[in-house]
Amino acid sequence: MRRTNWLAALLIAPLMLLILGSFLLPVGFALFTAVADREVAATLPRTRAALAAWDGVGLPPEPAFAAMAQELGQALEDRRIGDMAQRLNFERTGMRGLLLRTARAAGRLEAPYAASMVALDARWGEGDTWLLVQRAGGPVTPLYLLRAMDLQRAPGGGVQAVAAEEALYRQLFWRTLGISLAVTALCVLLAYPVAYTIAKLSAPWSAVALMLVLIPFWSSVLVRSTAWFVLLQREGPVNQAMMALGLIDAPVQVVGTRIAVVVALVHVLLPFAVLPMHSVMKRLDGIYLRAAASLGANGVQRFLRVYLPMSMPGVLAGAAMVFLLAVGMYTAPALVGGDRDQMVAWFIAYFMNREVNWGMAAALSAYLLAMTGAAIGLARVLTGGVATIGGRA
Amino acid sequence: MREGPVARRLLRLVTALVLAFLLAPMVAVILLSFSPTELLALPPRGFSLRWYGELLDSARWMLAMKNSFVVAGATTVVATLLGTAAAVGLQLGRFRGKAVLVTILTLPMVTPYIVTAAAMFFAYSLVGLTGSLPGLVLAHTVVAVPFVVVSVLATLQTFDATLLRAAASLGASPATALIRIVVPNIWPGIAAGAIFAFATSLDEFVITLFMAGPGQFTLPRQMYASVREFLSPTILAAATMLFLCSLLFLLVSEALRVRAERRGRA
Repeated sequence: MRRTNWLAALLIAPLMLLILGSFLLPVGFALFTAVADREVAATLPRTRAALAAWDGVGLPPEPAFAAMAQELGQALEDRRIGDMAQRLNFERTGMRGLLLRTARAAGRLEAPYAASMVALDARWGEGDTWLLVQRAGGPVTPLYLLRAMDLQRAPGGGVQAVAAEEALYRQLFWRTLGISLAVTALCVLLAYPVAYTIAKLSAPWSAVALMLVLIPFWSSVLVRSTAWFVLLQREGPVNQAMMALGLIDAPVQVVGTRIAVVVALVHVLLPFAVLPMHSVMKRLDGIYLRAAASLGANGVQRFLRVYLPMSMPGVLAGAAMVFLLAVGMYTAPALVGGDRDQMVAWFIAYFMNREVNWGMAAALSAYLLAMTGAAIGLARVLTGGVATIGGRA
Repeated sequence: MREGPVARRLLRLVTALVLAFLLAPMVAVILLSFSPTELLALPPRGFSLRWYGELLDSARWMLAMKNSFVVAGATTVVATLLGTAAAVGLQLGRFRGKAVLVTILTLPMVTPYIVTAAAMFFAYSLVGLTGSLPGLVLAHTVVAVPFVVVSVLATLQTFDATLLRAAASLGASPATALIRIVVPNIWPGIAAGAIFAFATSLDEFVITLFMAGPGQFTLPRQMYASVREFLSPTILAAATMLFLCSLLFLLVSEALRVRAERRGRA
């Protein structure tokens, strides 16, 4: 017994280490990045120390000014001012300019720095500027998690909404949720009759029809999204067909619209709804339906009161799977959607690759994980613990 | 349940339409990839292998094809070995918390790919694994291995554990019993997992988008880059080839499933 357990541990350990090192730790690190505040502490350590004792009233003492001037000049010389400037600029627009300007002038500034820095730029004479630097000292900050919900810290403490023209993310999450729910509803509505019919078909035909569902299930999301990108072009086949049928007079722009995103997502995710529904319906026992019929229930009643409730676990599993994959989907909207149709995943990629703002990418990832976790949890509760399977998307 | 003839016909019509919606895009792409001109018009005016020729002549596409198969091959080997070992270990072990272990090992399946990709990019760039083929293999292995674990675990449910006791009573060491008794009995599950792992890696796009530099572009990554530049039917030729690979994997995995079902019944 003991020996078997040792062998079992030995067999599991390599994969466990791989998942731990190359998945769990990275995800944990990323989630920590959502609250981490490292830049100011790394670049301005002495300023941070000098500000630690300041009570936040009026202006900080002269040593803080002196440390700031020297450390900014040094950081510019060593070319490591960028991250810190970006971090502070993200919290307050204009900080980058102030910091770079001061860093460039650092050699010419003279003691007392409290006077010469204010003479260089009046913003050094404002307590708010210094409070911003003091609060950014780390090690953690709610900045990114708040901003990803269009919130910010109020000057006097507490939390307030960001200015209306800067608000972006609540709308982004509502849009992601809206598109995902619409796609889930459409998938369930389209998948139910398909799964039902396939479950009813006789031997060779049911296998053939199921195969036709499995073909798109196995082919890559990128290939299928690319297909829609091609088909929906202005000069593409869909426009040609609609013009030939007389439905439209001139080609319409479909790529770059919400409709294209929903169509492509439904196409990509529909098999994930059909398959669990089918596997439940295939096993449904006809005896209850016959019992209902013998008790005088008509077709509609038999369907609504017996068949539908019995097939519900498959419906819920399929809906959960579709929703789970839809909220995190990057590929399909990125290819066929416009700027105003992008979902959370696109913004994570945007902050990673273009803005290089890892804090925001991590904060959005944390909320996305929470959404998927909630969907899985809800599906488990509703289906009474039937695990949802994963999929390739 | 019995429905009236009208209802049945209506249901079959809806099903046919939905299945057509599912398959039409792929059929269109395949037809367009054989188009003799750059016009994306259906039905195609003629038949030509011109775009497949361009694919084979292009250094970028050939590099992408090579990278795709190298990465998918390496991913399959690592994922199948580690995944099978872990599944057998999970089945053999008599300890509590097994369900938790299975959940942890299959977490990459339910984590949004964009989150996995971003997290891996953070962490792998710290140790210099971004922009390298080994880094890409490691990343693909993480998302492919849960399918191997799930597939092998499912086959192990039908494995008769008394065979192991019989082997032990005849003097076989646990390692010998594993290789000579367990593996030959569960190979359809291992093969199905391996195929799914290969297909997952070959089709993977989001993680590759973050992890691969131009030298590590895979077929999906190159397709995406090309779509962004100029929509040429060469992309459709590449899409058709990837699609045919998926079709092949589907057929093999179905054959394995049918075989396993027959075995289970016997």
